[in-house]
Amino acid sequence: MATERTDKFKGGLLGWIDDRFPLSSMWNDHLAKYYAPKNFNFWYFFGSLALLVLVIQIVSGIFLTMNYKPDAERAFASVEYIMRDVDWGWLIRYIHSTGASAFFLVVYLHMFRAMLYGSYQKPRELIWIFGVLIYLCLMAEAFFGYLLPWGQMSYWGAQVIVNLFAAIPIIGEDLSVWIRGDYVIADATLNRFFAFHVIAVPLVLLGLVVAHLLALHEVGSNNPDGVEIKKNKDANGIPKDGIPFHPYYTVKDIVGVVVFLIFFSIIVFFIPDGGGFFLEHPNFDPADPLKTPPHIAPVWYFTPFYAILRAVPSFWGTQVWGVIAMGAAVVTLFFLPWLDRSPVKSIRYRGPIYKTALALFVVVFLVLGYLGTQPATPGKTLLAQIGTAYYLAFFFLMPIYTKMDKYKPVPERVTSK
Amino acid sequence: MRKIILSFLMLLLPGAVLAAGGDVHLDKADIDLSNQQSLQRGARLFVNYCLSCHSAQFQRYNRMGRDLGLTDEQVIENLMFASDKIGEQMTVAMKPDDGKAWFGAPPPDLSLIARSRGVDYLYTYMRTFYVDETRPFGVNNLTFPSVGMPNVLWELQGIQKPVYKTVEHDGETKEVLDRLELVEPGTRTPAEFDQDIRDLVAFLSYVGEPAQLERKALGVKVIIFLLVFLVVAYLLKKEYWKDVH
Repeated sequence: MATERTDKFKGGLLGWIDDRFPLSSMWNDHLAKYYAPKNFNFWYFFGSLALLVLVIQIVSGIFLTMNYKPDAERAFASVEYIMRDVDWGWLIRYIHSTGASAFFLVVYLHMFRAMLYGSYQKPRELIWIFGVLIYLCLMAEAFFGYLLPWGQMSYWGAQVIVNLFAAIPIIGEDLSVWIRGDYVIADATLNRFFAFHVIAVPLVLLGLVVAHLLALHEVGSNNPDGVEIKKNKDANGIPKDGIPFHPYYTVKDIVGVVVFLIFFSIIVFFIPDGGGFFLEHPNFDPADPLKTPPHIAPVWYFTPFYAILRAVPSFWGTQVWGVIAMGAAVVTLFFLPWLDRSPVKSIRYRGPIYKTALALFVVVFLVLGYLGTQPATPGKTLLAQIGTAYYLAFFFLMPIYTKMDKYKPVPERVTSK
Repeated sequence: MRKIILSFLMLLLPGAVLAAGGDVHLDKADIDLSNQQSLQRGARLFVNYCLSCHSAQFQRYNRMGRDLGLTDEQVIENLMFASDKIGEQMTVAMKPDDGKAWFGAPPPDLSLIARSRGVDYLYTYMRTFYVDETRPFGVNNLTFPSVGMPNVLWELQGIQKPVYKTVEHDGETKEVLDRLELVEPGTRTPAEFDQDIRDLVAFLSYVGEPAQLERKALGVKVIIFLLVFLVVAYLLKKEYWKDVH
């Protein structure tokens, strides 16, 4: 790729660097001469916003680490120390806790965008797979991080999730002890979760984000029409429907960033606990291994999967089925590029079956999310079971119904909005 | 596109409303954190009536003074009985084991009680003690049944007795607690007492998160800056994009 570059600088500091490091060519490959379709809409803000939230989380996390104590005796008090005695500690902590929820919100919208416009389809399967891996890392990161404040929900939430592994037949019990490093969630667990949260998972996450972007820039961005802009190039080999990412999308994304930061600030400064959804009320009670809270609910971003977990009853003497269903709900995402047999990418040219199926999927996902926050009742469990069945059917039956659907002809060039 | 986004927001609404539900009826505390006098009165009630058993171990005396508009001298003279250093945290001398022996459970630390239970809960709880001879301290509580705590504010509030009513449920008649009735007045009228508890709960809310006094004011400034920046960013985008068709 870099053998016959014409964009090397000659002379000067930049020339000196370019002779030793591909600075100008990297700048061009990924920004100034990366041609993105000109018809990106609202949904295309969330990729750059996810990157922004990642940076926010890393920077605020570094500052929190300076005062946090990963010690079961001191963790809870050290968080309150940050909230009260550290200069601007409350702001940094709220940025980090709001950032966790913002990360999931932005990533869910980003994933939904991919489903709207078929961004996972050939040749972008690897972008999607890296993306799902990023999502898995985020889930791990959020799970490990949530134990650190060492409140009641931190403690019992971790207890519930680690016990999922105990449901695995034969090896389950030993496996869960191995994960915790103790027979219950304890100091050893807190220390290792801290290690995973601040270094192990973020390292993997950063690597995956680089892979996600490299894969994207290799094949080029999809767009709301699902048209390959590389098929129509001008005499200079530049896609006719493409515009350089920088400056066009950098200035556009700045607008998105500012709007995002306004909403983010409203949460951070005015409702930092998000009405109990971002910071759960029971988590202001320190962890007490002897007092199980009456109702254990994960933070909102896990609740759809938690609802699926609880919806599946235990039979043949094991609870592993719920765990399998929840695992399947996540793992199926990896296969989406091959489950979808649609000849077109964008929802704009898809038929009524997929449109209905996707709309229902969104409703089901939100209903499951709501049910996951609620104590189980027979009626709610039934609703969660129906939701779980639909969630899985949406993916498992996709090869069939996307084949049956009617499609509209796709235009040669992108359309303007 | 706008329709899709709007319908998403609509879908979130019922969840937000339903998630707030609880089983006990709670009165609105209606506290006002910008009212410094209210917070000061609450602090006085707290150190006089609560701080002998309950700590607020994350709250420092001098921080409280600063935030409530009091000088260190005023704090030392009026609000510091359990400690002698102004930079100290509001701890109590009672040992947890003693507390357990006396009350059945050690009195909890109240630093974050307003955040874990909510101000409405505290406001209702403090006002719903009633006479119940079967309990160790002769009182029970509507909001927290079988509570281990005595009604420490009874001198202010007076004594409340339960009034029962008969209801029919599935053909059976049952006696249920209807309301509480003041049978012996305290030194404060019911309206004054409600205001006392409102002050106390406001103080506990402050103690739960001292930063909340400053964070909203800062938030307004940050958002005004962002709104101005949004105009600039939008004009910049428009300028760059005018040649894209």
